[in-house]
Formats: sequence, C-alpha cells, structure tokens
Amino acid sequence: MALPMPAFKGLVFLLALIPLLWLVVRIVTGSLGPDPGQEVTEALGLAAFQLLIVTLGMTPLSRLFKWQGWIRVRRMLGLFAFFYACLHLMAFLQFILGWTDLWATFTRRPYIILGSLAFLLLLPMAITSTRGMMQRLGKRWKPLHRLVYPAVLLAWLHFLWQSRSDITEMLVYGLVIAFLLALRVRWFGWRSLIPLRKPGA
Amino acid sequence: MLIKKRPSWALSHSDVTPESVYLDRRRFMGGVVAAALAGTGLPRLVDAAAVPVQGESLSYTAMPGFSTDEEKTPYEDVTRYNNFYEFGTGKDDPARYAEEMSVDPWSVTVEGECGRPGTYSFEDLVKPHEYQERIYRLRCVEAWSMVIPWIGIPLADMLKRFEPNSRAKYVYFETLYDPDQMRGQRSLFSTIDWPYQEGLRMDEAMNELSFMAVGLYGKTVPKQNGAPMRLVVPWKYGFKSIKSIVKIRFQEERPKSTWEMIAPQEYGFYANVNPEVDHPRWSQKRERRLPSGLLSPNWIETRKFNGYGEQVAHLYKGMDLTKYY
Repeated sequence: MALPMPAFKGLVFLLALIPLLWLVVRIVTGSLGPDPGQEVTEALGLAAFQLLIVTLGMTPLSRLFKWQGWIRVRRMLGLFAFFYACLHLMAFLQFILGWTDLWATFTRRPYIILGSLAFLLLLPMAITSTRGMMQRLGKRWKPLHRLVYPAVLLAWLHFLWQSRSDITEMLVYGLVIAFLLALRVRWFGWRSLIPLRKPGA
Repeated sequence: MLIKKRPSWALSHSDVTPESVYLDRRRFMGGVVAAALAGTGLPRLVDAAAVPVQGESLSYTAMPGFSTDEEKTPYEDVTRYNNFYEFGTGKDDPARYAEEMSVDPWSVTVEGECGRPGTYSFEDLVKPHEYQERIYRLRCVEAWSMVIPWIGIPLADMLKRFEPNSRAKYVYFETLYDPDQMRGQRSLFSTIDWPYQEGLRMDEAMNELSFMAVGLYGKTVPKQNGAPMRLVVPWKYGFKSIKSIVKIRFQEERPKSTWEMIAPQEYGFYANVNPEVDHPRWSQKRERRLPSGLLSPNWIETRKFNGYGEQVAHLYKGMDLTKYY
C-alpha cells in the first residue's frame, strides 16, 4: 500500500470520529427529533458496536492484503469502540434513566445486563491497551484481549433483544460477526477464540 | 483628464445592505440559533406549529369536557415521530414512506355478531356523524407521550349503527394488509404476522372516551398517523390505537392483539397505562412528554389509566391488573 502509516492512521482516526461529529451536527441543527435523548443514546451505542466489529476485521484484512497497517490501527479502533461505549452508557444514565431506577434497571432488565457485561469486558482491555501494560503483561496480554469475542457477542445480543419485531438488521450484523470469527477459527483454530486461556496451555 | 480614483474603502450607496435584508439576516440567525436550542432542550424559540398543517380542513365541535389543557405536542412532532411498522420500524419511516399508501377510495368490512354486516365506504361510515375535537394524551408503551388534538367520532356512535347483538362480547379491528403499498410488510425477517390486529372488550369500545379519529390539528389525519381512520383509546398504551382500519368484527371470544402474539409476557390484551406494572425491559413509572430536550428532558410521572381513571377505572373493578396487564 502506498499510503504512509501516519496518513493512514490520521485517516482512520477521522473516520472513527464521524459518528460523533454527525451527532454534534444533528444536535446543533436541532434535527434529532422530539426525543433527542433516545436518539443520541441509540446512535452512540450503534457506533460502539460497529467499531467493535470493525476492530475484529483488522486481523483478517492484514492477512488478506498482506499489510501490517491494519494491525497498527487496531488498538485505536478498539479504543474508539470503548470511547463510544462510555458515551453510550453516560447517555443512557443521563437521558433515558435520569439517574433514577438504577438498581432495578441494572439487575432486572436482561438486555441492560448483557450490555453492561459487554462494557465490563471492554474495560480491562482499554486499561491494558498501553505499550507499558502490554510489556508488563507479556504473554498474558493476548489471552486477555480475546475478551473482545465474548464482548462483541454480548453487544450483539444486547441489540437483538431490543429489536421488537424486525430482526433483519441484527441478522446482517450477526452474519458479519460469524464470518469474522469463522475466519479466525480457520486460520488459528478454535482455541484462539477462548479468552484468558493460559499461554501454551 | 482627471480620473477620480475611488479609494478601496469607500463604499457607494448601493453597497449599503438594505435594512430589510439586514433584519432578515438577524431573523435568519435567530432561526438558526433557535433550531440549535430546540435540539438541546433549551426553550424552543421556533414555533414548531409554523410547519403548515397538511390535509383537508374539517368542521367539528370542540369538546372541552373530553380535552386536556396540557400543552399540545407540535404538529411537526406528531406527524414525524410515529410507530407504524407497516412502513418500517424507524420513528421517521412512516413520515417518509406512508405516502406510498392510497387511502381514497377506502372501505371497511364489518362482520360477525351484528345486525348490519357489510362493506362500507369511508364516506358512508362518517357521513351520519358530526365530528368532534378531543385533545387526548397518548402514552406509548415505550415511555414517551404526546398530547394530540384529534378530530373524529365517538366509537360507540359508529359501532351502534352496525347493531351488535348479545353475543358480541369483543370487537376486533384490523389494519390494511398490502405489501405493495406498505414496505414494512415486505420485510423477510419481521416477526409480525400481518395484518396488524387489535381488539377491545365491548364495554371498553362503548366507553365514552373511545374515539374513531379521522383528523388531527383540524385537518384530515396524515397517512403516517393512520389515515383515513384510526382508533384512539387514550387510557391504553398507544399500540392499542390501531391505524388505517379496514375490518371491524364483533365476536364472542376474545381476539388476540398483534403485540400479544409476538411477546405475551411483555404486551397484554388490556395494555392499560399503569405505572405500577413495569414492562419487563423498562420501567413504566415515568414518561418523556414530547418534545423532550437533551439538557432538560421533559420527564413526567405516568398516571394510572393515563389520567383517565375517572372514566374507565370501573371497567376493571375486581381485576388483578398485574395479571391482566
């Protein structure tokens, strides 16, 4: 690929910002409709989910195109997914719950529990995404970051559970995720999907 | 020859911005700022009613006894934020795609336990009646609500003309099924078994609040809101107020409603607004009265029977509403 690495990284950074910028435009122009809180929360959650899937696609892309550039933007994309997930959670607490009914919501509502679990799995990966943490964790780093597979499945279920009558969209997302995971299985075997497995075990 | 050279800073009279344009610009900027504030929940400076009300004007009698004086949800929001899955599951899908539905001519089939079954044209159905305006609260099961000025006919007045007999314990309603005109019905992976269907117990249907709406904001009801006629039962969650009705059937056994068939643990047949019975996926204690804002979400407490308990609570005397939700 002809694109130099810094330019490619810059481009990916800008692309990953588009969902946020688009939301800002819609807020400023007042085009979010009569229930803007709901709209903002949904848009942020979808951005997090989509970026998580894109992150999963980087390893396959680098193998297909035999170019390491994809791997080099993987961490940034993963952190963007986490960033949007944080904003999504904040928006949910502020706009949908208004900080009330917290206990019942997070203990009794299955789709909220699934979404929260997905978020909790992203958290240790975001914390250990720095170079320093990578070195400190050594061989344990990679198994830890395989948490992304259960995280994306939980996020998918979190969406699927909310689709009220038409699951077409979520079936498409499901197929994309299944395809990406199938590629991993084909290349690296089943065990490459299991998080937290001891290295060499 | 003397050539008068004009310095670059000198402006001629024609360069002066006319006052009207200057004022227009201020008005324009005011509009932009107001539009921006509208999305954030700061007080809306733009009058949303400025969006012209579409449709044919109807003549009607205002019914203060059946109306709330709460602030009405602007026409713009009432007609652009809809659940009408026949046109897609997005809130803005109906406003975008309902135009694909033809509502003229329109007829309704009346059948079942009644003395005058048959197929009636829309005109025949409405002609004998005088239109009323009733400003009702509409509470969606999704925890948002609106206040809408409907134009229509008391449901009881219309149903009595079909002479329901003593075996008519329930009345069943059905929405148009026409995938050519309703793109949502063409979806391959929809769990809805079209056509959309709803029902009321006979005494609910005959209650003075039950209303067959043919208009809103003084004009014929827009297609995305259920043209040419739709039910309005304001003490029940919005999904009971079935749109674009083509069939009315009187029957002895209780009909099943579409949402009840999809998820019986989430949506009951009665679907009375009730803050004490949560939806399994969210609380029903509060609602966002639309339009709501980002910075100042318009939360209000949800009232039992949507505040219409005085008129309808007696219908459910002795019933366990946590069981018959």
